Amino acid sequence: MTIQFNEETFRDDYSFYNSDWAIKRFPFPFHEDSYMYAVNMEQHRGGPEGSVYEKRFDVDEHYVSEMRDRAMVLADDPLRCQSLPHMTLAGWDLLELIMVSKSEDYPDLFELNRDGNQWRWINKPLGIDDSFTFLDETTLPYGPMEYITRQAQGDFCVLDQRDEMLWMDAGMVTTQADWSLDFDIGMNFFEWHAPVPLAHEMGIFKRALKFLLNIQQGAPARRLNWTMTVNPLLDTSPENYHKWGIQKTTLTPENIGSKQHLRVELQTFFRLPRSNALVFPIRCYLCSFQDLMTMPKWGRRLHRVVRDLPEELATYKGFIDNRPMMLDYLSKFDDGLPTSPGVFPDFETEPPLQTTT
Amino acid sequence: MSAAPQKAKPGAEAIAVTVSAVVPLNDLVTRFEFKRSDGEAFPTFSGGAHTVITMNDDGRTRLNPYSLMSDPADTSTYAISVRREDKGRGGSLFMHTRVKVGDEMTLTYPVNLFSLDLRARKHLFFAGGIGITPFMSMIAQLERMNGNWELHYSVRSEALGTYVDELKYKFPNKVHVYYDDQSQSIPLEHLLDGQPLGTNAYVCGPKGMIDWVHATASAAGWPDAQVHSEEFLKPEPGKEFEVRLCKSDKTITVGENESLLEAIERAGVAAPFLCRGGACGQCETDVVKADGEFIHRDHWLDDDQHASGEKIMPCVSRFLGSLELDR
Amino acid sequence: MSKFEFPESIKSRPVYGTLEPRPGKSHLMIADAEGAEAILGLAVQDPSLMAKTHIIYIPKGTDFGDKLRALNPAQYYEGPSYAASVQRLRHVLENAHQGLQVYLTGTEGLMGQAQNEAMQAGIPHTAIQTEHRGSVARRMQCVHCKGITEDVMTDPFVCSHCGLNLFVRDHYSRRLAAYQGVCIDAEDPGNVPEPKELYT
Repeated sequence: MTIQFNEETFRDDYSFYNSDWAIKRFPFPFHEDSYMYAVNMEQHRGGPEGSVYEKRFDVDEHYVSEMRDRAMVLADDPLRCQSLPHMTLAGWDLLELIMVSKSEDYPDLFELNRDGNQWRWINKPLGIDDSFTFLDETTLPYGPMEYITRQAQGDFCVLDQRDEMLWMDAGMVTTQADWSLDFDIGMNFFEWHAPVPLAHEMGIFKRALKFLLNIQQGAPARRLNWTMTVNPLLDTSPENYHKWGIQKTTLTPENIGSKQHLRVELQTFFRLPRSNALVFPIRCYLCSFQDLMTMPKWGRRLHRVVRDLPEELATYKGFIDNRPMMLDYLSKFDDGLPTSPGVFPDFETEPPLQTTT
Repeated sequence: MSAAPQKAKPGAEAIAVTVSAVVPLNDLVTRFEFKRSDGEAFPTFSGGAHTVITMNDDGRTRLNPYSLMSDPADTSTYAISVRREDKGRGGSLFMHTRVKVGDEMTLTYPVNLFSLDLRARKHLFFAGGIGITPFMSMIAQLERMNGNWELHYSVRSEALGTYVDELKYKFPNKVHVYYDDQSQSIPLEHLLDGQPLGTNAYVCGPKGMIDWVHATASAAGWPDAQVHSEEFLKPEPGKEFEVRLCKSDKTITVGENESLLEAIERAGVAAPFLCRGGACGQCETDVVKADGEFIHRDHWLDDDQHASGEKIMPCVSRFLGSLELDR
Repeated sequence: MSKFEFPESIKSRPVYGTLEPRPGKSHLMIADAEGAEAILGLAVQDPSLMAKTHIIYIPKGTDFGDKLRALNPAQYYEGPSYAASVQRLRHVLENAHQGLQVYLTGTEGLMGQAQNEAMQAGIPHTAIQTEHRGSVARRMQCVHCKGITEDVMTDPFVCSHCGLNLFVRDHYSRRLAAYQGVCIDAEDPGNVPEPKELYT
């Protein structure tokens, strides 16, 4: 197999790590030295070779461990995966999309053989070899959405489209930035975004909705979103907040470089053919501050972004209390030099950090 | 990743196709079937979706939307049914008189602005004339899902009853046909009464029929959200007018028989669109200056927006006077 | 305090209106406590409604029952609690037809739960009328243990199931008919502010 899968955990001893390869391809979300909400959509039709944007569903070194973590979350709380009754067809659409994409994009890892509705799916990294009848729920061990999203990194929201509106009517959500599918299922686009500050007033969600309603078959789209997480904890759920919230207070100037992680969501959007629903995969990437600082451009920029972020956003993203400590750390990696435009690290062309000793 | 939101691309993704069958169904309606030119399978689609077909009419490009009426599960063939409009702007006449088996054409990926509400306990379809087409694919989809549906189909006469025989043969208990020339009409009030809670009604046909179904259902206490309709507006001919396209720095003349959108495209200016029928909102364009009178015909902008004179939907709306657009 | 103006809030928080008679084949009115007054108002606006109306009423210690009965609705039921009435409500909805109008009035908890039943039965929530009357107490779900605490009047409050100290959010789920309660001292255990009465 072409990818070496890490043996790692996203809880307890947090043995999660990024290889040099993973750091270099980390989807750093800031294209300039400041950040404000924007709809920032672009087509999801590939990207630079090796980047997380290249394939329809990126598979990386964390795949096997992330799927193990998902199974643990679901064993503890099965309500993290739910589908309202009318969304089963969309679940099959999603299963088809992922199986077809992965088997075409990673033929050495995944195989799909189809003879009419008789399908055989082989997932080598997870050791799965299942034959089933497409569109017949009784032939799979789980519903179609749950079956395939137990084998795909990132969260999946499946949105029904009705009355010029999107409805969160199904999802697999175990790597979320502090929102609850069990609470939000059935809500419309404006309702599930209700707790987000500022963006409603800016008209962001109205514009985003208009864009999303018009995403058509064969023309997927993507955008990035981000937040901060202490420890490489995938499951920052509201359900368990009373357990993990305390970890935010364990940051010290000594451990911040390894403990504090930038959490980036690669959000993609695909129109599903049979159901006319929209699937919204939210793929979470984590990278520690100290790993990010190995790219001088990212070091300079992250400092400026965190420093200048409006207070409401730092509060909403949950790091207002830790911001001073973050800035103490990050400022050491900002020598005031200008940064090149765009999100890529430009390691070969950007100047190394100028130290003042 | 770039940060700037991208401008909408004109139209949905295109598929090169070859005409595989031309089947006259009656004096007015002909079915056209297509295979993919690259031999691959078509994408499957949801019942009620349409495609936009590109016609090359002696150098003039025509783009017309038609409901996909083949079985969505059959990915080997797409089919549309076209009613000949002798007084129309020429698209349907082109299809009827010029398109032959073996012709190469272009279709867009399916776009659905008239989809089934999959929560519905029951689907109640009302079709008028060529308005039957989206229901053909919806019915095929529901049959595979064991869906609960019923069709009430009004046609002019037996001779013009497009797909009546096929539908009645396949679904004798679910299909009800009403012939105008035998003074039959859909007993709408009666049909709306006593339907189980959660029934959704769908109507496709002439504007009068759509308005009638909405008004009758509303008076009977049906929630608006459970009455769905699709009416593809066709751009109406009108007086010639001149338009200044500010961004492209061009002045164009919109001819009597073309739409503003078509005139913009003819001038080589890329403009977004999807449905070309005033419904999807994709071609919404900002007005920079207007001296004269708008003829708004779309279903997209609301009354206030129409009155404001700040926006126009160039696929179906026109103008009398001189107009400047942000395009 | 029979009609309370809720402060403007986020988009998931329900907004209640004023009941108005609408055309329909039949009418289902569900109310608790002071909600009775809104139904009495409806009957004044259109007395002809009552011949096709089924009223389900939970008095919660008030004495509007006689007045509602005097409207002479086609069916009248008075239940000791919402929980006691819900089987009847489900049965009515299961056998209802398109054209049924649903009117909900009273406390948020009553309206939310009855709305959910009507939605499950196939009525879009946008077609269900609501009017708030009476207590402003909230029905809260603990996001941690999923337990529902009824009639919450203070922020923060203690989850009646798991005992965590929860703060009251305006984020609302129609499906659960509840607001979201989230642990207030997760990052600083034991640091729980004095409970304050809601809307003060």
